[in-house]
Amino acid sequence: MSAITAAARDSSVIARRNLLNVLRTPGALVTGIVQPVMFVLLLGFVFGGTLGGDQYRSFLIGGILAQTLTFNASFTAVYLAKDLQLGLIDRFRSLPMSRVAVILGRTSSDLFTSVLSVLVTLICGLAIGWRITTGPAPALAALALLLLFAFAVSWIGAVIALTARSVEVAQSLGLVWLFPVTFVSGAFVSVNSLPGPLRTIAEWNPVTAVAAAARELFGNPAPAGFGVPSGWPAENAVLYSVLCSFGIIAVFAPLAIAQYRRISKR
Amino acid sequence: MIRVENVTKSFGSFKALDGLSLHAREGTVLGLLGPNGSGKTTTVKVLTTLLSPDGGDARVAGHSVLADPDLVRRNLGLSGQYAAVDEKLTAFENLHMVGRLYGMNRRNASARANELLENFRLTEVSGKRSGTFSGGMRRRLDLAGAIVARPKVVVLDEPTTGLDPRGRLDTWDVVSRLVADGTTVLLTTQYLEEADRLADHIAVINHGRVIAEGTSMELKQNAGSERIDVVMRNSADLTAAAAVLEQAAGPDCRPELDPQNLRVSVAASGGHHLLVRILSELDARALPVEEASLRRPTLDDVFLQLTGHAAAENEAATEKEGVPA
Repeated sequence: MSAITAAARDSSVIARRNLLNVLRTPGALVTGIVQPVMFVLLLGFVFGGTLGGDQYRSFLIGGILAQTLTFNASFTAVYLAKDLQLGLIDRFRSLPMSRVAVILGRTSSDLFTSVLSVLVTLICGLAIGWRITTGPAPALAALALLLLFAFAVSWIGAVIALTARSVEVAQSLGLVWLFPVTFVSGAFVSVNSLPGPLRTIAEWNPVTAVAAAARELFGNPAPAGFGVPSGWPAENAVLYSVLCSFGIIAVFAPLAIAQYRRISKR
Repeated sequence: MIRVENVTKSFGSFKALDGLSLHAREGTVLGLLGPNGSGKTTTVKVLTTLLSPDGGDARVAGHSVLADPDLVRRNLGLSGQYAAVDEKLTAFENLHMVGRLYGMNRRNASARANELLENFRLTEVSGKRSGTFSGGMRRRLDLAGAIVARPKVVVLDEPTTGLDPRGRLDTWDVVSRLVADGTTVLLTTQYLEEADRLADHIAVINHGRVIAEGTSMELKQNAGSERIDVVMRNSADLTAAAAVLEQAAGPDCRPELDPQNLRVSVAASGGHHLLVRILSELDARALPVEEASLRRPTLDDVFLQLTGHAAAENEAATEKEGVPA
């Protein structure tokens, strides 16, 4: 059996184990499900009135999706850090299994959490007036793009877990970067409204691109007062989102695997 | 089947293994006996490819841990100090997962899991989550996990640490059955009784080196043919009593003091005559005796004699120095 099929099979075995764990841990999914609902309602109705009413609430969904999926990287960070502390990890390391399976299995099974987060956000969106105005094909493309991005940021979470080496550190490290990354973006506001350098950062922030790409594919235009964002990332939001996702995977996946090999070969 | 040659491993300035060599023939149990911090767990980690040795090499079923770690893993099952079971998975799911990770297809993994559950008396709880199991059951499940792929070599790191007496007997029973099937077992333990009971061959290690080896019988013979224990009534009399024992037993036999239990013991030959002589001498000096006995040496005595400490004392000292186990 080739190394790649072995890696895929072992990873799926680990992913299955992770899913059973998640499903049997009451409360494990609460954050992934409650948080998007909370943000939709908070931002949609607290800020929504001044920012554009119904149209803002439709616009908001793409941003909430990008934010929620980025936040799901912290699940990967915490659960992988937990796995690394278990006696079970020594068993895994002593088995003739693929050396990438523990991590690839984790990032794959966390995709399940992301699927749930997306579904909950969209249902919540439907309830407050969000609609798909394009068609099934672009909508499916939007879902694929969102999950690709979720899978990519999950690898950032894996690197955090492997760097932190303890659940507590992974928990705090896994959260701190999320607020600036998701808020200095066009997820909730127009990047045009941000001052100087923050605006440039936001324009190139993958979270902005993913939010914009989702809106484009679902057909949710910005409220009238938001202005038209300019620049290459804004004009090529779908392409730039996909490039960013692959870029993140290309950097963080080898890093995570190298770190895992190193800690198991001290 | 297991061959460790001159392995060294340091963590910073601490030498965990200092030229350790071991050898176990096929179908035998090698007991690795030593206090905490003596290098037992490091040895296990080197053998199971969890750690690379700094120097030397170790071979499992003929494969080098350095050159062919994957072949070593295929021929080896590990049961570590902490039961490596997933608490959220059922007993069956745990074994099935391990089987799949050894490369079995679904059907074979299921069949093997059921077979092991039966052998380890876990069939009734097969569908229950292992988190609800007692320590002994969890350990049985963990041991079953170590032999899913019928490995030639099984490494058990302190398999009974933290178990109640019932769980310990269960585990011993499992190990005996493994050997009956022809599996080679390396077993680490701090319990002399356990090594005595299970191991064909015992290596006593301390500070990362083998300080004595042989069968339990051979090791005991080296500790003298018999031992005399005297428990004093007053702790103040301990030194005086030790002097009496030393004088009676001869110049080569230094008595060992156990102040906690007010015990003085000495390796000696001379049988009950010597015991009577010691007792009358103590009586003549008005040193009151609580208890006195003449007995065959135990592995405890061997250990005491080799290291100058009781295993428990050594353990406490190691913890104070903060040396990793």
